[in-house]
Amino acid sequence: MTGKVIPSCKVAALVAGTLSLTPFSASADAENGERLFRACAACHQIGEGAINRIGPQLNGLVGRLIGTVDGYDYSDTLSEAGADGDVWSEAALSAFLEDPRGYLPGTSMVFRGIRDETDRTDLISYLIQEGGTSEAAAEAGPESGPSPEIAAILAVEGDVAYGEYLSSECTACHRGAGGEDIPSIAGLAPSVFIAGLSAYRTGEREHPVMNMVASRLGDEEIAALAAYFEAQTTE
Amino acid sequence: MNFNRRAFLSTTAAVGATLAAPMIVRAQDGARPRVVVVGGGAGGATAARYIARDSEGAIDVTLIEPSRAYYTCFFSNLYLGGFREFDSLGHTYGNLASSYGVNVVHDWATGVDRDAKTVRLAGGGDVPYDRLVLSPGIDFKNGAVPGWSTAVQNRMPHAYKAGSQTQLLRAQIEAMPEGGTFAMVAPPNPYRCPPGPYERVSMVAHYLKENNPTARILIADPKETFSKQALFEDGWLRHYEGMIERVGPDFGGGNVEVDAEAMTLSIDGDVQNVDVCNVIPAMQAGGIVHAAALNEGDWAPVSAYDLSSRLDESVHILGDSAAQGDMPKSGFAANSQAKVAANAIVAAFTDSRQFPARFSNTCWSLIDTDDGIKVGANYEASDEGIVSTGGFVSEVGETDEVRAETYRESIGWYDAITEDMFG
Ligand SMILES: Cc1cc2nc3c(=O)[nH]c(=O)nc-3n(C[C@H](O)[C@H](O)[C@H](O)COP(=O)(O)OP(=O)(O)OC[C@H]3O[C@@H](n4cnc5c(N)ncnc54)[C@H](O)[C@@H]3O)c2cc1C
Ligand code: HEC
Ligand code: HEC
Repeated sequence: MTGKVIPSCKVAALVAGTLSLTPFSASADAENGERLFRACAACHQIGEGAINRIGPQLNGLVGRLIGTVDGYDYSDTLSEAGADGDVWSEAALSAFLEDPRGYLPGTSMVFRGIRDETDRTDLISYLIQEGGTSEAAAEAGPESGPSPEIAAILAVEGDVAYGEYLSSECTACHRGAGGEDIPSIAGLAPSVFIAGLSAYRTGEREHPVMNMVASRLGDEEIAALAAYFEAQTTE
Repeated sequence: MNFNRRAFLSTTAAVGATLAAPMIVRAQDGARPRVVVVGGGAGGATAARYIARDSEGAIDVTLIEPSRAYYTCFFSNLYLGGFREFDSLGHTYGNLASSYGVNVVHDWATGVDRDAKTVRLAGGGDVPYDRLVLSPGIDFKNGAVPGWSTAVQNRMPHAYKAGSQTQLLRAQIEAMPEGGTFAMVAPPNPYRCPPGPYERVSMVAHYLKENNPTARILIADPKETFSKQALFEDGWLRHYEGMIERVGPDFGGGNVEVDAEAMTLSIDGDVQNVDVCNVIPAMQAGGIVHAAALNEGDWAPVSAYDLSSRLDESVHILGDSAAQGDMPKSGFAANSQAKVAANAIVAAFTDSRQFPARFSNTCWSLIDTDDGIKVGANYEASDEGIVSTGGFVSEVGETDEVRAETYRESIGWYDAITEDMFG
């Protein structure tokens, strides 16, 4: 299964101007891309019915304004890029995926990056194959916002002192700042944090440790933790 | 005053001389409640840091710990296997003092006068407390393995308290003759770190496979079964086929005797020459628990709600020393218990709230390069003790990717928990 790369429709302003625009190989290996996407699937959905999770849904990504999926609470970095009219070109995506935090400092996406250029090309090819480009997505209709489960937690006002106590369980694994091998959760936006824990709690996102941790968190606990961690800085 | 410390002193006399630091207990300002923590390990360092941090200076926290650097037992097996530098296991107390205002006293606690509420120091003097926290880890039971005592630990190391013992064991493994025998006498339950001996066997096997592939490993084990057994045995078969032999109790694994002079191990009367003999004897609560008469048998019974001693409410006992119920004796567990006790102690002396106790534990083990496994559970408090409410364990047949991810996770945990302990 080798997908052809659809040439990007409107390559607009790059977020950083210094990038060389390497043309993407027409023979990108979408099967390799599919394999690479497994790392993204922990946080992103793509394809029919894709909804926002820890990360925004990725339909119609190429050509889409950065940081503009409805109902998703982006970091300031991504929201501002979108407000400036920056669009996800293939080249911008490639640079972002190589080193997310290097390319868009301040992004809340915790991902090491993909060093190999061919791999990035293959992955982008897969993203286009599965999610189309932006015009196609526009026809599919707007995104539906948070699920009822997440909305219920968002409606609870988090008790920060309780959250601080509960957080002491988390800090055995999640460091205040940094954390190469376990993602940092300090400073996460509540919507992202809540969507994450909720997905672990339902089992939608699979990870033995986090499924266990989330299994005994009620809505009140998750809301308290979200309120506490939101206020933590990552330095 | 009744300092019942005879037996305790005899085991610590060897190190006592170098550790007698001057007592530097802060001048009493009367008003501030005093919490004294004995033992700066997984339980004690965490408790000291959380109490100092969460009380924001309202509580005077003193930590009594003889060593200037704490070498973690966790990941010490990885050092034996060559996956970790020895220095990376060491952590100091500077940050607890400078960033959190903990008064760190490098000395041994030799006794507790529970009526006067004071802790006696080896270097002289008594430290008064309003609340006492004991987290002294384990001591070995004398005579548990015939022929072995701490007097011969330099010929037959336990390496079950990390530091020079761990380095000694590594040096002995390196010095093994070609095709030699590494023997381990495994401990009976309960003991610290249930998967620890078997992770160690894996790491020794990894080292030998690379450096001395015809060497063999012999385990004499008094237990029918052990933690993560199916996972370890599967891993040993995949990575170290034919190298490891375990003699269980049915074949005399519980009936052993050693001769440190002759370097022999006898299993059920069958005497063998061995090149390294890693004796991990039966364990009991750290000596200070016994000196304070807070034990019932080998361990210290505690309430699951705040880890307070069932024999004295003003003393909390954490970690390996505590008989708390279902939690394994692990660094993760000691750290988890410390936070519950800290919350209760801070709430007792300030207007901050006390929340319901909740505990968790996850223990990772490394079998070979990028082949990590884990086991974990949630726990809660009950009148009977800490009870498990469910958990998970790695499975046989997981993909290489999952195993590599599990190992990376353990590295993330190590960095996080040591930061959680020492700031
Ligand atoms: C080989 C090995 C591997 C392990 N691997 C893991 C692992 O992967 N994960 C995990 O969670 N756990 C692991 N553990 C278990 C873990 O190390 C212990 O369970 C944990 O350290 C217990 O914490 P503690 O506070 O009870 O005791 P410790 O951490 O041992 O701390 C006790 C401290 O008290 C001090 N002390 C003792 N007596 C006195 C006294 N009288 N006065 C003053 N100070 C005193 C000691 O110097 C020491 O620093 C492992 C253990 C071993 C041996
Ligand atoms: C650990 C969770 C996580 C993983 C894994 C992850 N992402 Fe993300 N991603 C996020 C989050 C959170 C955001 C929102 C970032 C922000 O707002 O700064 C995001 C944003 C993005 C965006 C910007 C979307 C937009 O609408 O502007 C793209 C593109 C993206 N991710 C692609 C990927 C790809 C491709 C992968 C896999 C190689 C991946 N991500 C892996 C969490 C993740
Ligand atoms: C035993 C270790 C451990 C503990 C304890 C733990 N976590 Fe996690 N957590 C992890 C690991 C490992 C991951 C990455 C899992 C994955 O790949 O899906 C993770 C992921 C997360 C994520 C998703 C982050 C992202 O960017 O995708 C959130 C949110 C989170 N944890 C919150 C918590 C909270 C809140 C607690 C405490 C109540 C907690 N964790 C306790 C190990 C732990």
